[in-house]
Amino acid sequence: MTQQSILLDGLPVPFEEGQTIMDAAMAAEIFIPHLCHHPEFKPQGSCKLCTVKASGRYVSACTMPARDGMEVENNSPDLNDKRRTMLQMLFVEGNHFCPSCEKSGNCMLQALAYELEMLSPHFNQFYPNRPLDASHPQVLLDFNRCILCELCVRASRDVDGKHVFSLSGRGITKHLIVNAESGRLADTDFSLTDKAAHVCPVGVILEKRKGFAVPIGQRRYDVDPIGMQVERLAHRTTTEEEI
Amino acid sequence: MEAVVQNRKLRLATTSLAGCFGCHMAFLDIDERLLDLVERVDFDRSPLTDIKQCGACDIGLIEGGICNAENIHVLQEFRRQCKVLIAIGACAVNGGLPAQRNHLSLGQCLQEVYLTWPGIVSGQIPNDPELPLPLDKVHPIHEIVRIDYFIPGCPPSGDAIWKFLTDLLDGRTPRLGHPLLHFD
Repeated sequence: MTQQSILLDGLPVPFEEGQTIMDAAMAAEIFIPHLCHHPEFKPQGSCKLCTVKASGRYVSACTMPARDGMEVENNSPDLNDKRRTMLQMLFVEGNHFCPSCEKSGNCMLQALAYELEMLSPHFNQFYPNRPLDASHPQVLLDFNRCILCELCVRASRDVDGKHVFSLSGRGITKHLIVNAESGRLADTDFSLTDKAAHVCPVGVILEKRKGFAVPIGQRRYDVDPIGMQVERLAHRTTTEEEI
Repeated sequence: MEAVVQNRKLRLATTSLAGCFGCHMAFLDIDERLLDLVERVDFDRSPLTDIKQCGACDIGLIEGGICNAENIHVLQEFRRQCKVLIAIGACAVNGGLPAQRNHLSLGQCLQEVYLTWPGIVSGQIPNDPELPLPLDKVHPIHEIVRIDYFIPGCPPSGDAIWKFLTDLLDGRTPRLGHPLLHFD
């Protein structure tokens, strides 16, 4: 049997049965922008950053199974324009003040904004006012930066088996909550050794007393742009050394 | 036509609204390239010239967001006078540090800073009529007037500012790639 492949931006990319477009692209070291995808967890296709055009239809690359001969458009001005607009909406919905964020330089949202040359938020800022949760001795939660990717929800529920996080509400009122009667992280069995503690792509779940340890210029996305780090992204685990 | 374009020196104005002048300091970080720049542009209103009113300009650089009535006045003056208006720095782009007061009530802020902060003796909230009235929220400048270009960064590096300005002056679409484009 011949090797099955998709045509990604005109380039034949092989895939194994059961792989998604994202899996195939990552294996071939081709970058498809994404936020809610993580190789360790079941994809859910909610952030829509990985939207590609497969056989003429917009689909999420992280959930769409690859099919032999499928023509996929990825790195095109049209798709990147749409992705940039989605990033701008994510930026204005939260409080993304990069200069005062401990995650700056290691943040996927910021790195994608650089990759897609997002220079302004374009839309009007929401400036939400969501109280911080500093109750836990080891971890701080800043809900103002949440992009609702549900990676912490999936990690805590599917792997840690603790159900610490959940999304509550619908539409524009949807928000991240902590599963405790008090709503405080300290009143759960959450621990720094949980996978959920190390999976946030932005600056919501932060280990205390570690912020700004790495100087500007040496942080993850200072060194190389995210588009050049496909191999690391494809094989990353939540236990990889955090920088 | 080309000769006319080449001979005319462009006029550049700069100002700092609700900012810290850090972006202006970063602008000075272009160092000796400032001499190349003044070969090609004349400065109009700017902290560098101390001219108080903005005349007709080709390029306006705005640092800082909008936190009071005077900021709006100056921003609108720049928009009227400048053909191309550029937001420079995090505060102009998304409100930045000053906008982090947006979830607090302005009255409470003033009360705490001028009346109830420990160590304040017989304080009073400033109310001189010459002082511009603060706005209840801080806004990025693109929410008030149309902005043509954005240079993010806190502050953007001198190299980023130089790359952006020279692209613009040379007639190229200004672009900041890795590592010049950064938000912090």
